[in-house]
Amino acid sequence: MTDYKMKPVEGTIHFDGAQATKGFNFNKMCFSFNNEDARQAFLADPEAYMEKFELSEEFKQALRDKDLNKLLELGGSIYYMAKLAGIFGWNMQVIGGMQSGRTTEEFQAYLDSQGRGKTTNG
Amino acid sequence: MAKIIGGITTSHIPAIGVAIDKGLEDTPYYRDLFAIYPPIRQWLNEEKPDIAVLFYNDHGLEMWLDKKPTFAIGCAPKYENADEGWGIKPIPPVTGETELSWHIVNHLIENDFDPTVCQDIKVDHGATVPMTLLWPNHSYQGIKVIPVAINCERHPMPKPSRSYAFGKAIGDAIRCWERDAKVVLLGTGGLSHQLDGPRAGILNGDFDNYCMDKLVSDPQELCKFSNVDLIEKGGAQMVELAMWLAMRGALGEGIPEERLRNYVSPISNTGVGVQLLIPEE
Repeated sequence: MTDYKMKPVEGTIHFDGAQATKGFNFNKMCFSFNNEDARQAFLADPEAYMEKFELSEEFKQALRDKDLNKLLELGGSIYYMAKLAGIFGWNMQVIGGMQSGRTTEEFQAYLDSQGRGKTTNG
Repeated sequence: MAKIIGGITTSHIPAIGVAIDKGLEDTPYYRDLFAIYPPIRQWLNEEKPDIAVLFYNDHGLEMWLDKKPTFAIGCAPKYENADEGWGIKPIPPVTGETELSWHIVNHLIENDFDPTVCQDIKVDHGATVPMTLLWPNHSYQGIKVIPVAINCERHPMPKPSRSYAFGKAIGDAIRCWERDAKVVLLGTGGLSHQLDGPRAGILNGDFDNYCMDKLVSDPQELCKFSNVDLIEKGGAQMVELAMWLAMRGALGEGIPEERLRNYVSPISNTGVGVQLLIPEE
């Protein structure tokens, strides 16, 4: 049998078929946020909007809690969760901090500690 | 006959698009990144390619999880873009090149690649940010674009070796197109970054520069990596190296001249590499 099992990587959930199956409704809801009317409808009544997409109670609670790591664990995809950024006014550094247990400033400092100064040009 | 005149690798981070919208190119944060683009634009102005084949990945605008192609080729006369949910401004549509698109599709299927064929797709920031960087102020009206999408979102994704081979087959198709046309290849995305989970924020400048070195001299070395190898070394979205490998495959087997290189890290959460490669005559 072909071995297609992916090696685990710490701090990372591979978004594979199993995750995509579990998270389909949630990701479908986030996909709808490409549309401004949908974003406004969510903001006006998040509970009704989540219900419309038949989210499980676990998903609903994780979203109420804005627990991004829980949403990933349940089957969320970061590509679709990024669309929550427009709704909640986050950017990727805010999201990075929320997931890695850092303030936004600490997350930016973590990024900078690995990169700034490593510029090559030519 | 059609001729491939060069290959450009560039990031497609949404934040770069927002920075352009807000006129932040010359601020300390962005200056080093944007410095590389004027010489690349000058090369484009001098060489005047007719067609750009643009390798990108869709991030959930058109190719959603309901129908997610592994490889897809645009065969449309034009490509619109749209609101993606977090504030990047849409740009005017880009013009397609249907005749070459269908030639590539026919060539690929004859040569055992079976992509999804798209006659009506919107393209997302993966395509529009590079277009804006290379042809600012919507000055891309003189160039026709063929978008080629590679799944970098949901596993299973094509192996790096397969993206390279896919690109190689596209390059072969371009080179046997019986029209006089100058074609530029764009490999977009990357390099090291991870947006998701407790490991978010990992960067690997050494590995990014290794990848840029090998992309020029020995792309087969990069084809030995699995996607998980790339994730371990450069984060979950390092898999976007797929588009760079496809571009390099299409460029041809000889070692190209590396005319320009730039690497800045971090921009947003990403190690950003840019290269201009000129194929052997």
